Amino acid sequence: MQNLQKNNASEKEKPDLKGTFVSVMILGILIVVSWIGAFALFLSR
Amino acid sequence: MALAKKLDPTKVTQSLPISKPESRLYMSFISVAFISLLIGGLMGLLQTLVRSGKFTLPFGIDYYQVLTVHGVILGLVLTTFFIVGFHLAAMGKTVGISEQQLRVAWIGFWMMFFGTAMAATTILLGEASVLYTFYAPLRAHPVFYIGLALVIVGSWIVGFVNWHQLAVWKKAHPGKKSPLLAFMVTINTLMWFIASLGVAVAVLVQFIPWSLGYAETINVLLSRTLFWYFGHPLVYFWLLPAYMAWYVMIPKIIGGKIFSDSLARMSFVLFLFFSIPVGFHHQLTEPGIDPTWKFIQVTLTMMVVIPSLMTAFSLFATFEITGRRKGAKGLFGWFKKLPWKDVRFLAPFIGMLAFIPGGIGGIINASHQMNSLIHNTIWVTGHFHLTVATTVMLTFFGISYWLIPHLRGRKLTPQINRLGIIQAIIWTVGMTIMSGAMHIAGLLGAPRRSSYSEYAGGDQVTEWIGYQMAQAIGGTILFIGIILMVYIFIKLTFFAPKGEEEFPIAEEEEDAEPTPAWFENWKMWIGITIVLILAAYTIPVIDIIQHSPLGSKPFDFPIGR
Amino acid sequence: MIMHLHKYEKIWLIFGIGSLIVFLVVLGYGAFWQGTHPQSHGVTIDPNNIESNEAFKPENLGLTKVSDDKYIVNIAASAFFYDFGKDEEGKTVNHIRIPKGSTVLFQVATKDVVHGFHVAGTNVNMMVEPGYVSSLETVMDKPGTYTVVCNEYCGLGHHLMYATVEVYE
Repeated sequence: MQNLQKNNASEKEKPDLKGTFVSVMILGILIVVSWIGAFALFLSR
Repeated sequence: MALAKKLDPTKVTQSLPISKPESRLYMSFISVAFISLLIGGLMGLLQTLVRSGKFTLPFGIDYYQVLTVHGVILGLVLTTFFIVGFHLAAMGKTVGISEQQLRVAWIGFWMMFFGTAMAATTILLGEASVLYTFYAPLRAHPVFYIGLALVIVGSWIVGFVNWHQLAVWKKAHPGKKSPLLAFMVTINTLMWFIASLGVAVAVLVQFIPWSLGYAETINVLLSRTLFWYFGHPLVYFWLLPAYMAWYVMIPKIIGGKIFSDSLARMSFVLFLFFSIPVGFHHQLTEPGIDPTWKFIQVTLTMMVVIPSLMTAFSLFATFEITGRRKGAKGLFGWFKKLPWKDVRFLAPFIGMLAFIPGGIGGIINASHQMNSLIHNTIWVTGHFHLTVATTVMLTFFGISYWLIPHLRGRKLTPQINRLGIIQAIIWTVGMTIMSGAMHIAGLLGAPRRSSYSEYAGGDQVTEWIGYQMAQAIGGTILFIGIILMVYIFIKLTFFAPKGEEEFPIAEEEEDAEPTPAWFENWKMWIGITIVLILAAYTIPVIDIIQHSPLGSKPFDFPIGR
Repeated sequence: MIMHLHKYEKIWLIFGIGSLIVFLVVLGYGAFWQGTHPQSHGVTIDPNNIESNEAFKPENLGLTKVSDDKYIVNIAASAFFYDFGKDEEGKTVNHIRIPKGSTVLFQVATKDVVHGFHVAGTNVNMMVEPGYVSSLETVMDKPGTYTVVCNEYCGLGHHLMYATVEVYE
């Protein structure tokens, strides 16, 4: 296991998950955009 | 770790030693999987070469024979053997196995093994070119169906052993929550059992009597419905072991903790609920099923996306929390703290990435009328080569890098680690080319499950063939990846230096909220699952039977029998 | 819910589940109100004698003009051949021509095993199963030549089963 020297002072608080949030929202937008793309192709045929 | 050690004893992760006899059983399963990888992969290579139009199969071997071997050996044999072996190892590690349980599990292994051999023989003799989805009223040799039934029943026997293992553990640890890994294995075996009942009924009641001539005709639509009742949960049976590795092993490998034990259990329970009552989304363009019931199952299919959305969040959160503890700053600084040079992480991570387009493709496929855009085009083949052949396979490879040396008392050396990283990159490149070309060609209408054909010629067909060329290039790269993987397997099994390799099982956060006790209420989970299945299937199946046309006589000539 | 969710996870799940619901509403609207269900008519036929159905009598196979811009195409599928009937000279038809903008009803039945019927590049994509009539109506409004492929495995000659549909201006 890697050494984890850093002991975050705010351990008891909620973890900072901003990066996670942005990542999943990018994923969500990808889902929506791809689906709309496929649906548009379906409609055009 | 500098955190205060105030472990609640109920949260201590079980980690039991694995004995020699156990290891022999687990390695037997995994070895069959890797032999299958080599054979099935070779078949895949041949298919892409044939479809490039530049190559013909020698010795009168037929394309569809090769395709049947590819589908059966990779979709059924490799996956099931690896998963059953992995399940057993996970249970052995967390709750233990008795000598008697071990003996019974061996019975399961041999049943699966002989079943595979029987099915393989009929395929090689050209008596079963019906692909692995059976395709009534095409009739294969009865031994083909009997062999496949044995594979499934053998896997049930091991599944029963797994349940028994957990039951014994729970008796010895009254009031304790089951280890997360054991909980997940139990969910997956439960789902597998309930789902494969459908195909077992189809094989035992419909296919075997009909192929032997005892029944004159077969209800084709019913057989397809029973198959797909099994066929979709089948893909989740492949996926869930990968999710186990992501939830339980990856956090440990990256030096972190499980983000949330409860959420992990919750997502598995949701998979149990919604993996099964969704088979109609494979039958959306079939003529005999009421469209309203198709739509109901489409709705249930969308529900099965939810646990994957939860999983995506959990995984990113694990990465971010771990990275920040290691001192990462900024919005995405944690990304750099991931152990990119550790193949035990890298291979499954690429698998996770592949599940983004894989999952999106799945949502598109299941979108009711939109299914006609891609149904039976090679887009679908591209889709499941992302999901099962990349997400699941790269995660299984990632598991193998530590599981095989752990079982064999050896070490994953830096050299093998490097080879593994090269393997993962080769796989990624090959699959991006092959699957990408399949997706595009599929949108242009190119069919799947078809040998090379110029049809009536014209622009459309020329375009397809161009993409088939790209598929052959991707397929060739992938086969190089397979050879390298088999080499790594042999190296890890027989030649890596003796030593100890960790079986990584992550712990929960010290201050994690306790997991609610109702997660152990198996009767409730099974009850809800059955209610959902009955709700989704009872009326349409009665409808199919009541309004069924005359049954179909068997056809042998189309498959050259 | 007794379980605790992080605030961001709640937002994420609401967004994700919300998107799925929107997809379903759009699909459901199209399917139930505009009739764009995938083909599902449950019309049965005698699998051993599809000619018992008027549409699949030999003389009714192939392209039939119903009115100015309305056509019906009846096809009998069998391993490994689509029967579009015969032309005036008695030759087998495997190419049909339809004027742009026509409404075309495709009706397909199989004499033997399961087949596929895909007018590649259009939404006419159907499973053809013994005992059922598969049918789908579409407007062909893009000129070009479309390959009709059997896209469901039907045996060793599966890839030799095709035809073409030409949409002309």
